[in-house]
Formats: sequence, C-alpha cells, structure tokens
Amino acid sequence: MTEALASTPAPERSAPPPVPRSRPGGRRPGGRRSTLWIALFLAPTLILFTLYTVWPSLSSLYYSMLEWRGLGQDRSFTGLANFARLLTDDLFWASLGITLLIIVVTVPIRVGASLLLAIMLNDPRLPFAGLLRTAFFVPVVATTAIVGILMGFVLDPSSGPVNALRELVGLAPIDFLGSSDTALGSVMAVHVWKWLGVTLIYWLAALQTVPRELLEAAEIDGASSWQRLRHVTLPLLTPFTIIITVLTVVETMQIFDLVVTMTGGGPYFSTMVTEVYIYDTAFGEGRPDLGYASAIGVAFGVITVLLIALLTGLMSLARRRQEGHQ
Amino acid sequence: MTAAAPARAAGERPAAVKSRRIPRRILRWIQTIVLAAIGLIWLYPLLWVLSASFKDSLEIFASGLNLVPETWHPENYAVAWSEAGFSQYMLNSVVITTASIVLVVVRCATAGYVLARFHFRGRRVIVAVLVATMFIPTGLFIVPVVELSDLMGLLNTRTGLVLAMAGGGNVAAVLLYMGFFSRIPKELEEAAVIDGAGFLRTFFRVMLPLSGPVTATVVVLTFLGTWNNFFLPLVFTFSTPENRTLAVGMLAFQGTNSTDWAGLAAAASISLIPILVLFLLLQRHFVEGIAGAVKS
Repeated sequence: MTEALASTPAPERSAPPPVPRSRPGGRRPGGRRSTLWIALFLAPTLILFTLYTVWPSLSSLYYSMLEWRGLGQDRSFTGLANFARLLTDDLFWASLGITLLIIVVTVPIRVGASLLLAIMLNDPRLPFAGLLRTAFFVPVVATTAIVGILMGFVLDPSSGPVNALRELVGLAPIDFLGSSDTALGSVMAVHVWKWLGVTLIYWLAALQTVPRELLEAAEIDGASSWQRLRHVTLPLLTPFTIIITVLTVVETMQIFDLVVTMTGGGPYFSTMVTEVYIYDTAFGEGRPDLGYASAIGVAFGVITVLLIALLTGLMSLARRRQEGHQ
Repeated sequence: MTAAAPARAAGERPAAVKSRRIPRRILRWIQTIVLAAIGLIWLYPLLWVLSASFKDSLEIFASGLNLVPETWHPENYAVAWSEAGFSQYMLNSVVITTASIVLVVVRCATAGYVLARFHFRGRRVIVAVLVATMFIPTGLFIVPVVELSDLMGLLNTRTGLVLAMAGGGNVAAVLLYMGFFSRIPKELEEAAVIDGAGFLRTFFRVMLPLSGPVTATVVVLTFLGTWNNFFLPLVFTFSTPENRTLAVGMLAFQGTNSTDWAGLAAAASISLIPILVLFLLLQRHFVEGIAGAVKS
C-alpha cells in the first residue's frame, strides 16, 4: 500500500487520481498490517456495542419469556406467559395510556410554541437575541433528576413560589404533586419547561436553511413580515416538521428521570409511565420480577418503534397530500 | 405562489410599507422586552432555588417569591459539601464523566475513522446495526446490562458504570466522526504516508487533530449525557452509596432530609453549577451538538 501511494506525485485535487478507486474518499485495498489496524480500531466499539447494546436487546427477548425473581435466582422458561399476563395487566395499559397522553399533550405544545419562539429569536436584528436564546436553553442542560427534585419545592403547597403567587392573586394553594388530579398536569408542565429549548434549537437550525436573500427579496417586493412568514418561511420549514416531531416524541417516551424524582409514579399511579413501571417491576419495593419487567420492556420497545413508524408515515402522507393540493 | 403573494400585498397596501419603516426598530425592542419577560419567568424557578440556597429554612418558608435573602447563609454550602457528602458525589461525577468522555472519544473516533476511510467486508452491516439500535428505549437494556455487569463483577463499581454509559449507545458520536472523516480529502492522508507515517501516526498526528470541531461536539454531548444520567447510576449504586453521582446523591439526600430545604437548595446548586457554567462557556458547541440531529 505504501509503495502504491508513494508513487503518487504530490496530487492536486483536480488531478485525476493515478490509483483507481471505487468511490470518493474510499480506500484502496489495505495490506495485512492495515487490516490488523482496522480490526484494532474497530474492536473497542464492536466489543462494547455487542456487550452493552446487541446482547441486551437479544437477551431481553429471551428474559421476557422467563419466570425470574432476581439476579442470581433460579429462572424457568414459561413461554409467552408474561405476555399473556401483560394483556390483562391494567397497570401496564394505564401506564401506556399515560405515556401516550403526555405525548399527545406536550409534543404539539413544544413543537408549536418553540416554532413561535424560534421565529421571533431568529430575527438577526433583534437586540440581545443571543442572551434571550440562552434563557430557554438553560433548563435543557440542567440535570433532569435534580430539576425533578427541585420542582417539588417550587410547586410545594405551603411555601413554594408558585403557590405564593396564587396567594398573591387571592387563589387557594394547590398541592400540585400530592393530588392525583394535578400531578400529571404538573409533570407535563415541567417537562415542557425543561425541554422546550431542545425543540427551539431544532427549529433554529431549520430556520438557518431558509435563504436570507429570498426573505430580503420578498421584503423589497413589499411583503409584510407576516406575509414573508406565511409564504416564504413556513413552506420551507414544512419538511422539518416530521423529523422535529419524531425527535420530540422519542425524547418524550423517555420521561423516566423527571417522573421518578417528581412523583415516583404516584399519587395512586396517576403519573405511572411505562418506563417507571418497568423500573418498579424490576428494582422497586416489591419482590423483583425481572422476567415480567423484560416483557414490558420488549412490548414497550415494539410499541415505540411502531408509533414512530406510524407517525412518520402519517406525516409524510399528509405532506404529500398538501403538496398535491398546491 | 410565493411570488404572487408579495405582489398582491404591494398592490393592496403601499402606504403601510412606507409608514412601517420607523417603528420597526421600536417593534423589535418591544419584541425583546416581551421575550425577556418570558425568559425571566423561564429562569425564575432556578433563580429561586439559587436564592433559597443562601437563605435559612425558616426564611424559605416565609419569603414566598422574594429572590434576595434577608440574611445570607453561605454555610448551607459547607454543610451540603462536607456533611451531606456532596464532595464525594462531586468527585464521583467528575471521575465517571471524565472517564466516559475519554472512552467515548477514543472508541468513536477510531471506529468512525475506519468506517469512513476503509472499505472492508462487513462495513455496511456494522453501520446498519449501529443505526438500527438508535431508537431502542433504555428500559429494554437495563435488566441485561445489570446482569452482565453483575456477572463481570462490575456491578456496584464505578468502572462498571463508566463501561455501561460509554459502552452502550453513542451511535451518534460514531456517525459524527464517520461523516467528518469521510469528507477529509484523500491527499492529506497520502501526504502523511509519503512522509513515512504509518497507520497509527496518520491517525493520531494528521486525522485526529483535524477533527477538533467534531471532538468538541462529541465531548460536550457525552458530558451532557453522562453528567445528567440518572437511570444507570441509580441502579449501579443501590448497595454502594459511596459511588453515587450528584443526581443520585440528591435523591438520597431528599429521602433522608426532605425538610432541609436550604441544604437541598445548596446541594442542588453545587450539582448544577458545573454543567451550567460549562454550558455558558461552550454554548455554541452544545447548540451545534443538539442541532446536529435535525441537520442530518
């Protein structure tokens, strides 16, 4: 390999490559030494990936068919018994319903509100735009579990600032996290507060793809800022709606940290999302039930993938239909 | 359609365009003020906690919305730091995060380099499997990962925790490096070879230094993911409280001192300040790292 390359006379980018290659950036057949290096370079990722991703995915499938009451305990194969149990487990279906409800409520709010914010913050001549963006990014980087614990104070019925504000305007204090009527709504509100900045970053990135010249041309033509938004910016943003919505949904499926630290799934299971239910089944107060926890995990994984596929399909269908109309 | 709209607008309201010239700047300032108000409300909960960390518990209960402490109690920090064990939690978080970052950068850069610049059998399969696992929820991994760590004798150790966090996932980092290295002109590598550099030297002296911007993004994203991780550190420290990270330590502290608001607020501030300061310093990289998901 070294010889073949050494014969290449100081190549220019435009010069035709003297050594034929199959594709740009691609590489020539390696000697035995570089094969060894390739293997060595790949080894850490392949070994760790196999141990911590591939093997767990596959073994979860197997574990989901076991009766298995804790690490180091005997396990016995029970076929699809765990899945049969899942079908009649009200708590599982309720947890799935709560997870979906959180998605249905918070995702449109996040995608919509952050689009609005992004459009306002994207104005290059807006004073202090950078500083204003930072304010919305800060909750994103704060540790979710710690935010969850702190929100217990902020929403405290006797002396938290939210209830202090309610008292100021003459409203009775509410035990936001202690009542099964308000706990889920509070978790959703904090979730939106915490993660709005991420969706905002997505939209700001999408807005960078709108050519500035196009907007300036429209402005010269006399289009008002609303018209420029409606007829130039928004149509160009439509393709991003799918990916941003899907990313937001995927993040929302993983709401474990916030729920565990804010409510632990209570009161009366009113905030028990599926991830928390899996955790409780495997490591909670009761006797560990690792086989059943794996079955819930597998079912939840399958449902997640199906949901994302369905969402992507529906949204691209809607987009195609919309384009067909225009 | 986009061309027709401005023309119609110009025809309908030519006067409006002219008269808007002056107030536009004022409109922008109004917009800034409105956004600043929302931003302040947005930050208020965190500011309230920061201020609570300097109050005593009694004042927190009485002060309501007030952000400025009447009497300052910096000793809350000393209590949280030494008595509540947050110095140990901080050490654990720093060690675990640093080790994870090093492991992720090294393994993802090497793998990304090889996958981008060499064509060998199985390359496509590796990439396909990597991408396919990106959407699997954490809940599915947790039982096998705990069992595996237990079998290797690494459960309840910091090494086991680092391997579980830096070993699983991080597909995005591999793809980032892959994308970057595949765009580097071949000539650079060839020049290195002409100069007599072998495989290793080409990578470490030429390629890796070039990947600075990608490495910055990967470091920042890994920092965020590891420092803020909760699920794995929680499960890995059930029986070894001395290995707790800051997030898990906060939960434990809350469990035993649920009424010590001043202490909790100070502990939370200790835990959040490092990542917030780092974010303010490296905001560009944070934002680029997160935005990368949309761009690709």
